[in-house]
Amino acid sequence: MAFIEVTGLSKSFTTSSGTRHVLRDVSLTVEHGQFISIVGAMGSGKSTLLALVAGLAPADAGTITIGGEPVRGIRPDSAFVFQNYSLLPWFTALENVRLAVEAAFPALSRQDQRRTATEALERVGLGTALNRRPRQLSGGMRQRVALARAFATRPRVLFMDEPFGALDALTRETLQQDLARLCSDGDQPVTTVMITNSVEEAILLSDHIVPILAGPPATLGAPIVVDLARPRSAAQLAHEEQATQVRASVISTLTAALARPKASAGSPGRGPVALAVVEETR
Amino acid sequence: MKQRFVNLLLPLAGIAMAVAGWWAASQAVPDLPSPLRTWEESKLYIVEPLTKRGETDQGILLLAWYSLMRVARGFLLGIAIATPVGFLLGVSSTLTRMFDPIMQVLRPISPLAWLPLGLILFQKSEPAALFAIAVCSMWPTVINTMVGVRAIPQDYWNVAKVLRLSRTTTFTKIILPATLPYTFTGYRLSLGIAWLVIVASEMLTGTPGVGGFLWQEYNSLVYAHILLAIITIGVVGFVLDRLMGLAEARLRAV
Repeated sequence: MAFIEVTGLSKSFTTSSGTRHVLRDVSLTVEHGQFISIVGAMGSGKSTLLALVAGLAPADAGTITIGGEPVRGIRPDSAFVFQNYSLLPWFTALENVRLAVEAAFPALSRQDQRRTATEALERVGLGTALNRRPRQLSGGMRQRVALARAFATRPRVLFMDEPFGALDALTRETLQQDLARLCSDGDQPVTTVMITNSVEEAILLSDHIVPILAGPPATLGAPIVVDLARPRSAAQLAHEEQATQVRASVISTLTAALARPKASAGSPGRGPVALAVVEETR
Repeated sequence: MKQRFVNLLLPLAGIAMAVAGWWAASQAVPDLPSPLRTWEESKLYIVEPLTKRGETDQGILLLAWYSLMRVARGFLLGIAIATPVGFLLGVSSTLTRMFDPIMQVLRPISPLAWLPLGLILFQKSEPAALFAIAVCSMWPTVINTMVGVRAIPQDYWNVAKVLRLSRTTTFTKIILPATLPYTFTGYRLSLGIAWLVIVASEMLTGTPGVGGFLWQEYNSLVYAHILLAIITIGVVGFVLDRLMGLAEARLRAV
């Protein structure tokens, strides 16, 4: 049995303007210690899928198990990184990380909690910015604090929703390298599910890439294996034959789904027919 | 330099015009003391602002101090009730739906209407005054705190959720700091209202203070002192608002 198993997952939202089927019959498996990326266009239902798997929101149908246990809410051994940093502005970098450490390890002494948080920030190169508040930090540094907060609790599962989406290209690249290092650094492997709209980012970081095919309702394409040696660099990926093949395969799957007429997504006999409300409310 | 000069000059010109208008009105209405007469008759109260000559015959700062202390007590009582109520209404839409109609009806009631009720409830004038101040001044704090809680960005709730923070931690580390600027704006508005109420309540209960002084001097036909009291009330209210504004700005800078 895989570490994360998702079978037959469906989710729809009902608003005054009708019911919108965001996901239908989605299945996904992630092996222990694997890094998978779910790649797709904006508004394709990626974030909803991640929220369901992470236990942030309940599914309408289907089952999710992590480590053999069904998901019923947020797991204590999981961590989440959001696109918009989600740091608390009234706390310093250290206090932000400490909040997570205190919640995860209430039994530790205050001193140990503080040390754990400090070490987490040092690991992302922010040892000298411990007492700065988020507004005094650049976007890249803020997301480093968010990464430190996520890794400080030594999670077994990490969920990331477009973690570098708000950053400029150069900052993005250094943070991707930091993330790759953090994932391979720990004493226990972190199983990671990341959502991104960047194919390059997915190739750089993942073991498997799962294309999400725009709906509504969205479905998942077959996983594409990224069998490239680590550490990987963007420069190397630009030339490597296999990276080119993966890139072509992901892009062709995604564009093929986009070219498909919307109506075919709601094939008859599989639950209620989707109303074509395209905009995803976030 | 020139800009600063203009910044000083313009308000002074405005004040001069207002005084001129006052003077013109005093020429038309024989009972209204002119600015000069007001000054002459009030001089004693202003140059000896802290002298106590009798129960109501006191320096103007002393009178203002009595009023301020009464306002402080009523205001603190008001916000001590209003702040938790605001938080509760902010987090629970059920409670809001339950109490919103009552709030909307109670809010516009004048202090003059609350005061007799306070006298019936507490039998004495002092607690009745505090009651009126508290009941009238609490609404901006209730409403601002409630709005502040509702305005907390989803990001912060997500943090509480994914870090699995306890209810207490969520309140002290997220809801409270996120709402504080709103609550403080509520305090500032509440204090303004409390100061408005003080005059009415002192007039009706005859307790020593600026409002009580105003009413007593009206009854003794010393009209100049009415104007002195009015100006004092205005200046004190202005200073209070400025002080709260400064505190608020400091709070937002954090």
